[in-house]
Amino acid sequence: MKSLRKQIDKIKPHFLEGGKLHIFHSLFDALEVLVFVPDRVTSRGSHIRDGIDLKRVMITVFIALMPALLFGVYNIGLQHFNSIGMEADFWQMFWFGLLKFLPLLIVSYGVGLGIEIIFAQIKGHEVNEGYFVTGLLIPLIVPVDIPLWQLTIAIVFAVIIGKEVFGGTGMNILNPALVARAFLFFSYPAWMSGDLVWVEGMIDGGAVDSFSGATPLALAAAHNIESMPSVMSMVIGTIPGSIGETSFIAIMIGAAILLYTGVGSWKIILSTFAGGFAMALFMNLVAVNPFMELPAHYHLIMGGFAFGAVFMATDPVSGAQTETGKWIYGAMIGILAVLIRVLNPAFPEGMMLAILFMNVFAPLIDHYIVEANIKRRLKRATVK
Amino acid sequence: MENLISIFVKSVFIDNMVFAYFLGMCSYLAVSKTVKTSVGLGVAVVFVLTITVPVNYILQNFLLKEGALTWLSPGLADLDLSFLAFIMFIAVIASLVQLVEMIVEKFSPALYSALGIFLPLIAVNCAILGGSLFMVEREYANIGEATVFGFGSGVGFLLAIAGIAAIREKIKYSNVPGPLRGLGITFIITGLMGIAFMSFMGIKL
Repeated sequence: MKSLRKQIDKIKPHFLEGGKLHIFHSLFDALEVLVFVPDRVTSRGSHIRDGIDLKRVMITVFIALMPALLFGVYNIGLQHFNSIGMEADFWQMFWFGLLKFLPLLIVSYGVGLGIEIIFAQIKGHEVNEGYFVTGLLIPLIVPVDIPLWQLTIAIVFAVIIGKEVFGGTGMNILNPALVARAFLFFSYPAWMSGDLVWVEGMIDGGAVDSFSGATPLALAAAHNIESMPSVMSMVIGTIPGSIGETSFIAIMIGAAILLYTGVGSWKIILSTFAGGFAMALFMNLVAVNPFMELPAHYHLIMGGFAFGAVFMATDPVSGAQTETGKWIYGAMIGILAVLIRVLNPAFPEGMMLAILFMNVFAPLIDHYIVEANIKRRLKRATVK
Repeated sequence: MENLISIFVKSVFIDNMVFAYFLGMCSYLAVSKTVKTSVGLGVAVVFVLTITVPVNYILQNFLLKEGALTWLSPGLADLDLSFLAFIMFIAVIASLVQLVEMIVEKFSPALYSALGIFLPLIAVNCAILGGSLFMVEREYANIGEATVFGFGSGVGFLLAIAGIAAIREKIKYSNVPGPLRGLGITFIITGLMGIAFMSFMGIKL
């Protein structure tokens, strides 16, 4: 570590004002911040002494995502070898998945951070860690076979239109990772939905006949309830789906980390699950088709519901910020997600759009919560 | 009853005036700086739409449509006055907006001055005329359905303008790149909100 620090200190002068490599100072900053805590501190005003900063928050989410990521990598291999009808041991599957997943991750970080650095340079602020989590989320919520050029375009769109035009990290109104996914979903539907895209190699027609790559949600939407996987395999996650979303257990481990550290809001997670469960129960009451009759807990463990509730809805920037608002915001996400799944034949999965929809209305919810607070306190105050 | 609920939900979310048809953009962009005034304008639009659509429905079905005048005399069965639709609809809308203006001025002078020129401009707001024309195009079965449609469209507009106003209040102090400040970023937000509203597209009710 020390020698690295020395190296960095040695080349640092070149990047400072007047150095010959000054033009690359944003890139240098980004790398230095990635490895070490920055040595700059606030020079005046109040100093709040606390270890928590943007970097630590982001690292916490990063760690919380690891179980879902590792399981997703393994599941890529598992689904692939199942689809071609071949036996393989754990490490073969994991290695195969890793080879498929790494290019997505590299493109995501390369393109996203590249844009961040360019913008930081132009606008004259430091590169900050905002993209760290977004860049990990994006490969986790896309199908494994997504062409890299499509991913690139989506990331460019999401980072520039979804985030940088609003002023960068902490200013965006929609979750950038979901903007990227929505962009892909509406621009290249053939690569983002259907039964073939979720398992590596199937879209080129390389699967045995007995294997179906349909996700549980697609089966439910097609009213093909009997061929849905068992609850057990949906909880463990050995089913086709976007890379990170399949395993309920892995996501719950992540949720535990987020909740223990206080990085994710338990109010949002709880109310999202409660809202979704209540809406699914209500659908059970109406029950005019097999999808509506599906047991309510199915909705919580299949598709991207859990992943969205834990990692997307809790985004502190685009979500509701008032405490009461968080309850309303989360519950509405759950309700809308189930509603879109069941009622909208165009989209079997509703979580992405439900979160985007509530991201849009989160400021309005907050506004009225604040107004109500003001009114209540005014009533309490005695004006003389 | 079920029918009416489905028309209401459809006109608020699926066929949203702003995000599905991009109607009424001028006042949507111009009056959405604060939540308070935008809700005021939204309520005025709800009011005007709820009244103009059924009134125009009556006009359309008992005066303008081909064969609508048979209630006067059977000889008028092949008279088609629908070329007058635009003029009639606009006249109804303009007079109703005058009414709304007087009501708002009397009961809420603050809102009246905040809305300024945009209150009389509701008369030429395309969302209002669009409401009446969609009513003709979609051939609602009775006046109840037309009223619910008008009310729903208004609520959809209210939701849209209140939503963007809250976002604009939130990003007021964001470091938006200079050239995009103001209308530019508002257009981008509108587009992003449109993506979110696409969640309802394709729902059959």
